[in-house]
Amino acid sequence: MKNMKKFVGLALTATLAAASLAGCGSKNNDTSTGSSASSAADGTVYKIGGIGPVTGAAAAYGDAVEKGAKLAVEEINAAGGINGTPIEFKFEDDEHDAEKSVNAYNTLKDWGMQMLLGTVTSAPCIAVNAEASNDNMFLLSPSGTALECISTPNAFRVCFSDPAQGTKSAEYIGQNKLATKVAAIYDSSDPYSSGIYESFAAEAANQGLEIVASEAFTADSKADFKVQLQKAKDGGAELVFLPIYYQETALILKQAADIGFDTQFFGCDGLDGILGVENFDTTLAEGVMLLTPFAADAEDEATQHFVKAYAEAYNNETPIQFAADAYDGIYAIKDAAEKAGITADMNASDICDALKVSMTEITLNGVTGTISWTEDGEPSKEPKAVVIQNGAYTAM
Amino acid sequence: MSFISYLINGISLGSVYAIIALGYTMVYGIAKMLNFAHGDVIMIGAYVVLTMMTGAGVNPLLAVLISMAACTILGMTIEKIAYKPLRNAASPLAVLITAIGVSYLLQNIALLVFGASAKSFTNIVNIPALTLAGGKLIITGTTIVTIFACIIIMLGLTLFVNKTKPGQAMQAVSEDRGAAQLMGINVNGTISLTFAIGSALAAIAGVLLCSAYPTLTPYTGAMPGIKAFVAAVFGGIGSIPGAMVGGILLGIIEIMGKAYISSQVADAIVFAVLIVVLLVKPTGLFGKNIQEKV
Repeated sequence: MKNMKKFVGLALTATLAAASLAGCGSKNNDTSTGSSASSAADGTVYKIGGIGPVTGAAAAYGDAVEKGAKLAVEEINAAGGINGTPIEFKFEDDEHDAEKSVNAYNTLKDWGMQMLLGTVTSAPCIAVNAEASNDNMFLLSPSGTALECISTPNAFRVCFSDPAQGTKSAEYIGQNKLATKVAAIYDSSDPYSSGIYESFAAEAANQGLEIVASEAFTADSKADFKVQLQKAKDGGAELVFLPIYYQETALILKQAADIGFDTQFFGCDGLDGILGVENFDTTLAEGVMLLTPFAADAEDEATQHFVKAYAEAYNNETPIQFAADAYDGIYAIKDAAEKAGITADMNASDICDALKVSMTEITLNGVTGTISWTEDGEPSKEPKAVVIQNGAYTAM
Repeated sequence: MSFISYLINGISLGSVYAIIALGYTMVYGIAKMLNFAHGDVIMIGAYVVLTMMTGAGVNPLLAVLISMAACTILGMTIEKIAYKPLRNAASPLAVLITAIGVSYLLQNIALLVFGASAKSFTNIVNIPALTLAGGKLIITGTTIVTIFACIIIMLGLTLFVNKTKPGQAMQAVSEDRGAAQLMGINVNGTISLTFAIGSALAAIAGVLLCSAYPTLTPYTGAMPGIKAFVAAVFGGIGSIPGAMVGGILLGIIEIMGKAYISSQVADAIVFAVLIVVLLVKPTGLFGKNIQEKV
């Protein structure tokens, strides 16, 4: 017993010592970032920061964005950088958590970040952009789809907004006559999901779609979907619209099979990644459709080059849409930076003022389509419909 | 017909809550502490089964037994290192906060070891689904196993606590720790045993939870853990039949609320019912109101 107490005492002392050492360590870091910030001002590199979830529930997205962005940075640096100046890229994890995302933003600012590619998911992006717009930091979100993510002049995005995804989905279903009776299952606690659902419901009426069941779940009760599915089944839904992320979708597909509900499932970019869920029975996802601006098996040269380079760099992985968004994002920053003629010794605020204007002047021939940007930061491009066939995403 | 199908869903979900709640209630009843890390022991148990089956190709039943052993050791270790030194702390809050700390610790260890991305759980129940009423009513094999497992565990625990020596020692420790020690009962050993049983139950709960809802992440155990805690309080914390009834009622209320009121406020309904029950009967449905003798 006494030994135990001694041990605990020792452990506590050790922890304290470690904590104080860590304190010193972070001080050292501060000075070193201070000096590297001034080295950025010397104009040797452009410092682009990235933020997204590499761990946590949405890790597949952040992981893809980091890989896609790094690939683009390597390519650009190998080809001589932006106007001859190389890019330095640093990616921070936010675990799809708004608070941690703001911390990551502050860490990157200490590092000397001049432009931000991020954040990956909507809710953290809204929080980070509140800070970024105060600092007048240029923000380009690869995949933050909520309307509020880019509500300020400093912010742009590569992906579609939630309302655009919902509207385009309803249009696609209506125009291709996939169904007339539809059900929707969405996460009412998530701005991404409820944002898409609301615009989908609004457009569905115009397309002659009847919503027979509109069912919600929340972050606190996302294990059992049988009730929602049963209501969709009882309502006679020919198609179930899933404006949600892939993890819940994996559960929904399994439970639909359990209750013998065989129907067409249709989702948005959040479903991208479902085939990557470890151990997931991909036959369940057979025939699932999703509307996404990127299809890895598209025939155009840009996509084929990107998919090949990505597979070579990362163990034969097939890039998902998030990787493509990030890849396009870095190239968009490059194009806009060259158009505005910014230099690496400018501070973040001046760069932001220049890029705000030049972003609306460029047209990027990217892997997620030919994109131009409007003043409010929204991209204009066409979505592609993808269907899962034989365990792979196939363009329709 | 859909009513019956909702009811079965509710009982199935409720049975999972009930098995988790049994673990909470055992530990609370005997050690008088809330083990908030219980939900995360469940998650670890599920990961052990998954790793055994997909990684080592072990037979499912053996995998569950290995997982139970692993969780038992884990539970006893947590108790020894994190809870026991604080058992006589001045404030009961100390051990509660430690339990929350252990919960985060387990989640983060799982993040490091198993990674953050979701894994699909392999179904280990190979009983075919029951199809009734011409395909309108389908009861999956997992549902059947879950409900039966819940009943067997509840009966087993009740027998154990009432009929065996270690069980009666538990009751004695629960009633008066000091007096039990004076009567020659090994209090530390009894509390250890409680954690061992509670954690072995957590492994079973983990397997059943992930068989019914087959997505496994390091955060899988957290929310069901909290719901099961609610179920235990609902049924009367410390009471074994209370945990079972509380869990099943909670599952049914949740599913019925979703089905007939609104899927958006299902959780609000669950917690509103809890508040009403506690207002009317503060000790929960089966809770005993023990008078302190002065």
